[in-house]
Amino acid sequence: MPEATTSENGSGGVQIDLFSGSRMASLTSMEKIRLILDGVRDGNIVILEEGLSPDEESKLIEVTMAEISPDEFNGIEIETYPRSQAADQSFLDRLMGRQSTQKLTVIGPANQIQTLHKDENLISALVSRK
Amino acid sequence: MGLLTDLRDSISRVVDRLFSESEPKRIGIYGPPNAGKTTLANRIARDWTGDAIGPESHIPHETRRARRKENVEIERNGKKVTIDIVDTPGVTTKVDYKEFLDHDMEKEDAVRRSREATEGVAEAMHWLREDVDGVIYVLDSTKDPISQVNTMLIGIIESQDLPVLIFANKIDLEDSNVERISNAYPQHETVELSALEGENMDEVYAKIAEYFA
Repeated sequence: MPEATTSENGSGGVQIDLFSGSRMASLTSMEKIRLILDGVRDGNIVILEEGLSPDEESKLIEVTMAEISPDEFNGIEIETYPRSQAADQSFLDRLMGRQSTQKLTVIGPANQIQTLHKDENLISALVSRK
Repeated sequence: MGLLTDLRDSISRVVDRLFSESEPKRIGIYGPPNAGKTTLANRIARDWTGDAIGPESHIPHETRRARRKENVEIERNGKKVTIDIVDTPGVTTKVDYKEFLDHDMEKEDAVRRSREATEGVAEAMHWLREDVDGVIYVLDSTKDPISQVNTMLIGIIESQDLPVLIFANKIDLEDSNVERISNAYPQHETVELSALEGENMDEVYAKIAEYFA
């Protein structure tokens, strides 16, 4: 999937950054988290084609908590399609430590994005301006 | 992570377990804010040691530090387990101090509480990655269990290969729906209870003894 970015147009619009799996794959865990939080703190909606690993999700929560600041940053809203269960993985995948993290993930500032509906095929969100 | 790393981790875990067989297992009580984690921790601690762990409240983020109650011996159906109960702050991805202003709190107190809450969530995540041997995941059975935080946390717990029991709490309330929880997470055993009223605690203790022994 190509990487897409709609730039801030100066009219108070909402910027959406869509990161391809290959772009994220070249980053370390902390680089991914920094990329996400920097974007979200600028008021952007970040969409990851392939999502984060459970360990990265855990660190994302931890770093987000460290950055919350009253009247400035309230944290993040995050939605992903449900992860296929680990039990669905083949024995070989588990043995080799291969865990699929391919799940479209939408992350935005908690005060600007509100999930309206979510099922295994659709994430519907309401995004407001800053 | 490759084959060799996995093998090394597996051997390390087995060795750790062999040498720590007599050590109490640290069981983390996790879940979203206001699910009844501290009420459950207090119920277990009072039933088996006579002491409580911490204050309970309907205001979110009452627990803002992980608290541990050591050497809680639970015995049911011939099985006995000694655990350290770790009551953790409710996990979330957002904390807004304004939420606390609705609970008759001054701004200064609300800001302090939100700061402590964020530190508590980070601490809970750290415990989960480093310091617990098993997890009791507590959900409010009157609420939709498929929230992103629940899905993420259960995924994180599964990725750590930790034994986990899901407790569907607040069954004393009219809107309680335990089936919704067991359908949402069919890969884990769901036990219904009311920690506040002490309903179904026999089964709760039987499952704890069976799972974590």
